[in-house]
Amino acid sequence: MNLTPEPLVYGLSSPGRVGVVLPESDVPVAPVPAWLERDTLPLPELDELTTVRHFTRLSQKNFSIDTNFYPLGSCTMKYNPKANEAAAAHPSWRNLHPYAPESLSQGALELVFRLQEILAEIGGFKAVSLQPAAGAHGELAGVFMIRKYHLERGDTRRVKILIPDSAHGTNPASCTMAGLEAVTIPSNAEGGVDLGALKAALGPELAGIMITNPNTLGLFERNIEEICRLVHEAGGLVYGDGANMNAVTGVFRPGDSGIDVMHFNLHKTFSTPHGGGGPGVGMVAANATLAEFLPGPLVVKKGAAFALATPAKSIGRMKAFYGNFAVLVRAYAYVRMLGAEGLRRLAENAVLNANYLKALVEKRWKVKYGRRCMHEFVASGDIAEGVHTLDVAKRLIDYGFHPPTIYFPLIVPEAVMIEPTETESKETLDAFAAVLDKIADEARDNPALLHDAPTTTPVGRLDEVAAARCPVLCYRA
Amino acid sequence: MKLDTNARYRKSHEWVRKDGAQYVVGISDHAQESLGDIVFVELPALGKAFKQGDAFAVVESVKAASDVYLPMSGKIVAVNDALEGAPDLINREPYAGGWLVKFEASNPAEWDGLLAPAAYETEASKE
Amino acid sequence: MPFVPNTDADRAAMLAAIGAGSVEELFADVPSARRFPKLELPKALSELEILRELDALAKKNEATDSGAWFVGGGAYSHFVPAMVPALAGRGEFLTAYTPYQAEVSQGTLQAIFEYQSMAAALFGVETVNASHYDGATALAEAVLMALHAVSDRPRVMIPAALHPEYREVLATYLEAFEVELVEWTGPAAEAAKGVDSRTACFLVQWPDFEGEVHDLSGVADAVHAAGALLLVHVDPIFAALAKSPGSLGADIVTAEGQALGNALYYGGPYLGMMGATAKLVRKMPGRIVGEAKDKDGRLGYVLTLSAREQHIRREKAVSNICSNQGLVMLQSTIYMAALGKHGMARVARLCWDKAHYAAAELGKLPGFKVANRTFFKEFLVRTPVPAAELVAKLEKRGVHPGLALSRWHPERTHELLVAVTEMNTKEQIDLLARSLAEASK
Repeated sequence: MNLTPEPLVYGLSSPGRVGVVLPESDVPVAPVPAWLERDTLPLPELDELTTVRHFTRLSQKNFSIDTNFYPLGSCTMKYNPKANEAAAAHPSWRNLHPYAPESLSQGALELVFRLQEILAEIGGFKAVSLQPAAGAHGELAGVFMIRKYHLERGDTRRVKILIPDSAHGTNPASCTMAGLEAVTIPSNAEGGVDLGALKAALGPELAGIMITNPNTLGLFERNIEEICRLVHEAGGLVYGDGANMNAVTGVFRPGDSGIDVMHFNLHKTFSTPHGGGGPGVGMVAANATLAEFLPGPLVVKKGAAFALATPAKSIGRMKAFYGNFAVLVRAYAYVRMLGAEGLRRLAENAVLNANYLKALVEKRWKVKYGRRCMHEFVASGDIAEGVHTLDVAKRLIDYGFHPPTIYFPLIVPEAVMIEPTETESKETLDAFAAVLDKIADEARDNPALLHDAPTTTPVGRLDEVAAARCPVLCYRA
Repeated sequence: MKLDTNARYRKSHEWVRKDGAQYVVGISDHAQESLGDIVFVELPALGKAFKQGDAFAVVESVKAASDVYLPMSGKIVAVNDALEGAPDLINREPYAGGWLVKFEASNPAEWDGLLAPAAYETEASKE
Repeated sequence: MPFVPNTDADRAAMLAAIGAGSVEELFADVPSARRFPKLELPKALSELEILRELDALAKKNEATDSGAWFVGGGAYSHFVPAMVPALAGRGEFLTAYTPYQAEVSQGTLQAIFEYQSMAAALFGVETVNASHYDGATALAEAVLMALHAVSDRPRVMIPAALHPEYREVLATYLEAFEVELVEWTGPAAEAAKGVDSRTACFLVQWPDFEGEVHDLSGVADAVHAAGALLLVHVDPIFAALAKSPGSLGADIVTAEGQALGNALYYGGPYLGMMGATAKLVRKMPGRIVGEAKDKDGRLGYVLTLSAREQHIRREKAVSNICSNQGLVMLQSTIYMAALGKHGMARVARLCWDKAHYAAAELGKLPGFKVANRTFFKEFLVRTPVPAAELVAKLEKRGVHPGLALSRWHPERTHELLVAVTEMNTKEQIDLLARSLAEASK
């Protein structure tokens, strides 16, 4: 890791330095009106080598999947195949204008169509929209769809969406953006939705339920079909948060269990790169009840050709153009390399790896819900007096591991959520478990090592309180 | 937990105290401790009116953001400007320098329904 | 099985450690009737085979590297320097996660801080967030932000010449709220007088969908006098040439960042840019990076002001946004650094000069008239025959003269939206003029 402080681009700037050279103009100069033209443009001036060194050195201050084990629960940090990158780099994808006539975009339209079909098959749904740009975006679409379904039927009372207390924060936030009321229902002692609480919450105001399966505790919701049945009987619809699909591809199709609309994260389950925070794709899939409400346009087949079309009762557009196409190319390459057999092996190995790691970890660490987990499990980081999950996470960094997800889900105190994924070797899992063992010893014998961690990174723990009290959010000369 | 014996309390951890013809409001010591270091406070505009139990302010720490509820119905007559530069006043002096707003009560009888210090302490210890 | 290291021996050892007899056993919680469905999918391909197949599929497209393209409409062919994909494609950037663990994400975090800084300079604002999904969603979330910031005002004024797809996205985002969308036309300064005490914000697209660059003098004053906010959605290349929206009084600025070093890619991923005055920063959705120090006084960068976000505020968050467009934002950061002060100004100037040359040449053609008073890299031209016909005829020669406005407004049959950037040569522009002249006889 690069430990040397790296100046900002502004700090590397020198007046007169030229970066990229552009062609000479081959047309006359046209005057810009004085009322319009700007006086100064305060951007830096760097030569090309300085720019290259700067960003290269910055990259060396990151942990990444390409360099480190990254067991972030619910994020599915699996290997991002380089073949995906090669696939996406083709100039006829890169340089294709979204408003090129459909006759000149048949390749792109066909790819999107085929991916729609494949994802629908994997999930057990009727139709798919690849337009949403992230999981939260897909959730918003799904909640809008449920809302519109009820309004179309003249039912304006249904404004409540039930959300388990273990849910990701985007779930209730999406409800608010769609003008619906998020109602929390508790989890039972086994980590699933409390059926009693669910039944008590049903009523004429129920629009639906948002359910994550496998849930955020890494457990399969055993009562999923019963939950769907109960909600349907009460007049509501079921939204599935598919963030954890990595546990069940080729093993279980959520659509088969009664889920009406669901999102998948292509940047999780389908190996497209996280990119430091995006771009993702939050594909949204629907069954027969909700297919006509999907955000458009989608790609349909018209005879031998492919075309864009918007479903009859679509909730509308979620973003301009058609979706994050370059990400779709990667996901398509990936699913074609896996096939049905590969998808099943994916889930099997993801779940196997998680259970194996859990068996090692629970020898020293408290693991909530001792039963079989799916692709991830939740442990508690407060292993010794005065030691918190945050300390354990930061100490893992000193051993070269990216910490797991911490303090989520909210219903497990001092939560540490560990998801190895199927692309890690047994050696890596063994090494990680051995380090956790060591850290447990350190917590008992020399907790200062944890409290002071990390000490092997460019900066130590940062004062986030001061940062939030007096925010400095951009460079000032 | 520290208490102000001159104040009355809501279960949601707000305290309120008589201040001449007006009332002063803040959050309890228990509340500031669970929130952690306060980084920002969003206060209402002067003159805005609220009903008892309405959210009138937001107190933010690095890891949480809490709505603050007005213990009695009233109109805001003063806000604590010092909190803009020093939100940590709430942590250091939750009952003194860390006050949030002053208001004119539209229904003074609501005071009687609030929790006395001992009763609040019992409630808060249950958490 | 590609990408999975586990061998049969590994699996056996792991099952033994778990105390399970088979992998199937691990899925006992899945309802037995639903377990292990047979998926009807095409047979798995090797890397070699899928790349070959995708190569064939890609060739069924005609992209902007073949022929002469003058198509814009919110997505533009601009030059992407080799540095951009070379640096952004590094595995340490590409395969990193959201920088929640700051100590091991200083690369990503510092790059975002530099992005925020350069974008703030471009827009003339004090803070910029770490991206939305695209220009349309950034604009929609900016309107929502304005509605929250200026509470109890239901009216929003938007230009009639707003990008039609942006209009649709805005409608989707506002669906659940009681908002009056009022369209304005004519000079912006005149229209701004219509801002009243029920108006939360006045939106300008700069240039607008039809290429028009409104004179914004007096607009901010009128908007602010009525207690409302001014939102400007700006072309980011234009921002390198024109007075910044911030200096003209904009409270919130949004943009589509695709033009800043990101390839067309059939519409995505693009980059939603949003910035605002310091006063509004705590109302701004999305991630934000700020400076921070560790206990030894070392300077670093960290995600900050998180209390606004969904993972803390949950149902009370202003936005549900979580993942954004991180890598696209990085590409734009590298682009802005690579071109810098002079390069950015140069690109903007080339676009201006070439578009004005093209407009002058087309204006000479019989029956063609440029409709704009002031424009940047895109202009609207009235055509003597239906624009859609011209587009279809020229396509056969590999010339793509622009977008027929009838595509969105069926009644506007004789209007063509033409985009010209630094990628177009004089030869191409002359070919465009000749081809249009011949096709309109």
